[in-house]
Amino acid sequence: MSERVPSDELARRVREGNLRAAARLITRVEAGEDECRPALAELYRHTGHAHVVGITGVPGCGKSTLVSQLARTLRADGRRVGIVAIDPSSPFSGGAILGDRIRMSDLVEDPGVFIRSMATRGALGGLAKASLDAVDILDAAGFDTILIETVGVGQDEVDIVQAAQSTVVVSAPGLGDDIQAIKAGVLEIADIHVVSKADRADANRTVMELKTMLTMSMPSGPDQWYTPVVATSSEKCTGFDELRDAIDRHRAHLIDSGELENKRSEIAANRMLKIAEGIVREDFRREREADLADVLGRVSRRETDPHAGAVELLAVVNSRIRHESTADPVQ
Amino acid sequence: MAENAAKSAQGAGENIRVLLAKVGLDGHDRGVKVVARALRDAGMDVVYSGLHRTPEEVVAAAVQEDVDVLGVSILSGAHMTVFPRVMKALDEHDAEDIIVAGGGVIPDDDVARLTEMGVQKILLQDTPPDEIVNAFRQLVAERGPR
Repeated sequence: MSERVPSDELARRVREGNLRAAARLITRVEAGEDECRPALAELYRHTGHAHVVGITGVPGCGKSTLVSQLARTLRADGRRVGIVAIDPSSPFSGGAILGDRIRMSDLVEDPGVFIRSMATRGALGGLAKASLDAVDILDAAGFDTILIETVGVGQDEVDIVQAAQSTVVVSAPGLGDDIQAIKAGVLEIADIHVVSKADRADANRTVMELKTMLTMSMPSGPDQWYTPVVATSSEKCTGFDELRDAIDRHRAHLIDSGELENKRSEIAANRMLKIAEGIVREDFRREREADLADVLGRVSRRETDPHAGAVELLAVVNSRIRHESTADPVQ
Repeated sequence: MAENAAKSAQGAGENIRVLLAKVGLDGHDRGVKVVARALRDAGMDVVYSGLHRTPEEVVAAAVQEDVDVLGVSILSGAHMTVFPRVMKALDEHDAEDIIVAGGGVIPDDDVARLTEMGVQKILLQDTPPDEIVNAFRQLVAERGPR
């Protein structure tokens, strides 16, 4: 591919399962190239086949290693696995070191596995802006299961639940007591809990704490989903068949209960709103620059308070954007 | 408004993607980590392969990651074995638009032979990090958009 191939041609190749084309299209969408948007729109119509599984948890809990082992387990069943692995960008330079692949090295040469690393580039919430576009591209390329590995999250980066059909929350043993487990946030979003590093002596305690937490919010009724707790050890290669089965059971539950369709439309709605917010934020960022100094000066001299300053700034920026879009609709 | 957003999004497309790789029986990764950090601080997205990869694995990763530059660090002396396999694998993936750079301890005679082979830049072990950043930027600029 030495000459530039148009994105609609790349999209056509993606649908034939060409992974080189998929890789290039992901690059273009990640770079925010306008030219690829119609191609993405076309591909979007051919998505919905893959099961999208989110893997999240605190930094160092073993997400990448788990993703690698889970992918191998799924491959043993002949399923094709796409992986989107997200790492944080530096808030200072905008650059990133993407190290998730290090733990996935033995999957690299398997043509049934595609791994793509992405940097957050300022996006909060644990995902990158183009993550779901990348998922669409892999879905359209025919992957059966797509694993999204979020950045190492803190306690409330829960965007993954608005992006994946099944959410797996990974906890490592020894990272806090049972009060941590009943706090709000990441632990609440799990469809499946995994306790990683189960070869460690204190893993059982973490399993028990999570199970105890779950009994406090036990669903009632035969059609409800009971969140399982699966213990895995990448070192001893145990627990991954159970994890695969739990994911399959959750998917079956989504389909049987009719929840899958709800979940799909929720994911689509959240995604659209997020893009709209992004456009507004970007407009605001660009438009405010000239006005910032004046308002900022008054706020820092305590002539105006931060809230009033923010409202004033918004009013100025909004009127300018509105003026621009009526005065100069085509640029 | 939409046009404006789209325009500014295009400006964000300057991120250069790099895969830094260690190949073969070479456990010296201090240098490659320093380089990774320097490239990161220059705003690039740097994928690191980890140690002990094969040339074929590294190229497969570079293709999936669709990087602009594949940088291979070698301090073991195996460069004349490793780079021909890297170039061959790139060719097999129809991925000759990925720029290959090499770094490490490499004798002058070999630098010439590697350049002939298509390795576009050799940065020896005493190259300052800033120079590596500039070299990568220049290589990508010369290649142009793809």
